[in-house]
Amino acid sequence: MALEIVRPGAATTVQDRGRPGYYHLGIPTSGAMDAESAELANALVGNDSDAAVLECTLTGPKVRFTEPTRIAVAGAPTTIRGPGGELPTWTAIDVAAGDELTFGAAKGGVRYYLAVAGGIDVPVVLGSRSTYALGSLGGHLGRRLERGDVLAVGNSPEPVPPAGAGVDPADRPGFGGPVTLRVVVGLYDHRLTAEGKRRLLESEWTLTPVADRTGLRYSGPGVEWEPREQPFGAGSDPSNIVDAGYAVGSIQIPGGTEPIVLHRDAVSGGGYAMVATVISADMDLLARSAPGTVTRFEPVDMDAALAARADRRRRIDRITGALRPGGR
Amino acid sequence: MTTTAVPPLPESARYSFGGDEFLLVEVAEAMSLAANVRVMSMARALQADRPDGITDICPANASLLLRFDPDVIAPQALTDRVQQVEESVKGAGDEPLQTRIIEVPVAYDDPITAEVAGRFRANHQAPEGTDLDYAAAVNNLPDKAAFIERHHGSAWLVSMVGFVAGLPFMFQLTDQQHQLEVPKYLSPRTDTPALTVGHGGCFACIYSVRGAGGYQMFGIAAAPIYDPEQRLADFADGMVLFRPGDLVRFRPVDTDEYQRIQAEVADGSYRYRQRAVSLDLSRALADPVGYNAELRELLDGA
Repeated sequence: MALEIVRPGAATTVQDRGRPGYYHLGIPTSGAMDAESAELANALVGNDSDAAVLECTLTGPKVRFTEPTRIAVAGAPTTIRGPGGELPTWTAIDVAAGDELTFGAAKGGVRYYLAVAGGIDVPVVLGSRSTYALGSLGGHLGRRLERGDVLAVGNSPEPVPPAGAGVDPADRPGFGGPVTLRVVVGLYDHRLTAEGKRRLLESEWTLTPVADRTGLRYSGPGVEWEPREQPFGAGSDPSNIVDAGYAVGSIQIPGGTEPIVLHRDAVSGGGYAMVATVISADMDLLARSAPGTVTRFEPVDMDAALAARADRRRRIDRITGALRPGGR
Repeated sequence: MTTTAVPPLPESARYSFGGDEFLLVEVAEAMSLAANVRVMSMARALQADRPDGITDICPANASLLLRFDPDVIAPQALTDRVQQVEESVKGAGDEPLQTRIIEVPVAYDDPITAEVAGRFRANHQAPEGTDLDYAAAVNNLPDKAAFIERHHGSAWLVSMVGFVAGLPFMFQLTDQQHQLEVPKYLSPRTDTPALTVGHGGCFACIYSVRGAGGYQMFGIAAAPIYDPEQRLADFADGMVLFRPGDLVRFRPVDTDEYQRIQAEVADGSYRYRQRAVSLDLSRALADPVGYNAELRELLDGA
């Protein structure tokens, strides 16, 4: 069983839950940006949550399936066209040997996930199948998919949810519209003036087109830094620090103008002060934001961050549990 | 150039959370060898007796970043544990660091980085000159040859690995008055050749992969430092050459030798020259010139 990439789409990569444990070497965790949608796509075809999927960005691929299988698409709204016409998203669908399916543009969001029963079977590198394109690592040959690529698929787990099984529309994440990201203020927030902090946390910020797997850049009113004599080894700008490790989800504001939030292919360190960090439960929300998304950063404490993390886990477990045989 | 004395390390590190998965431990705001050695000692102690729930231990120049799973270890329990490690490391004093020194052949003032630098002069403080001319001028050195001499005259300590896969940040093993300091480009380039030997602030680096960058460009290393296919023997244990705590000595090579090394890389036979070394920081700081001479003898005897 294999997938033949007839047309690759704008930036389609193989991703799974990521590659923890190598960040100290500058190798980021990677993994599906919108991890919830990827996990639900996997559940729809009966895969374990660590199976590899295709992350389709902005425009999707055209794929030929060499054998009959079951697939599902979850994430940003899109269209799927097969030989018999349009097919539903958020639903387990059967494809026949030789079928060519065209996956359309992401509408309202940025990314959606194509799961295939059995999972995409590229080699496991440092414990993961995820693609880290900057380091030419993992995935299919360490890069985005190209026309003519052939991807093996693992053995299908049995039994899978029946064709037609779907995620209840009420349980699907929302795409489009303004977003509030919860953040834990900290790291180097003391470098901001009170006015700078107020602007960060009380202003509306708009996602620019400079947004990818590494990070997302926002435009808005800018912030202010406390003046100081810079410590030895830090750069000369007040937004500079002696190069330090970067938290995934952390917000840096080079020069004080445009905040950048790092995501799953984060650069692992650098010389810009981080002032707050998006909580783990809201990283998927960040991944769903399209350029132009009006965004607020809402401060929460650690207890609220941990409660949100547990809520997210319970919600996903409830939805995936219902899809397992006998789950309903 | 700063001439002030190196301030002592703060009494205690500063702890701050990055969301619900990261803990930053800032040993000092300013860069110093003492701060970096403290960070490395803490990282090694945590690595040796790794609490469950810590997924990544990332030593940086003057701080340590930990990634943790709060479902396994509670944030406060993690802080308590790391503070214990900090205290134990402080109490242990200045143990020599068991590490190695690696010789890195560099083609300084090379045509590859010069071509890229030429395309980004609008991003630079001195658009009419070269990066090396600028670096010499801001360090009050007569010319680029004198700067290059200083660059490979003393060894460098890998104080951090990161930014992108396998990129080493390096801090020169000398007193603060002799640290080479060069500001980064005014605005970053969108392109940097792989293996560019760069410099920003007081740090040298080697760009492991091609990509964006803001450091000044002085030359190009002759052999890879990141090998995801692990083709060369030096990468048998991992795809990244450098580890925090490694010492690096740059050795200038001419075009002929650069090409000879490239040929050895191509046929898979290239090996880095390296030696085990016990780094005694207090001796290194007391007599940087003498200590660097010892390191050179050690390496040349390899």
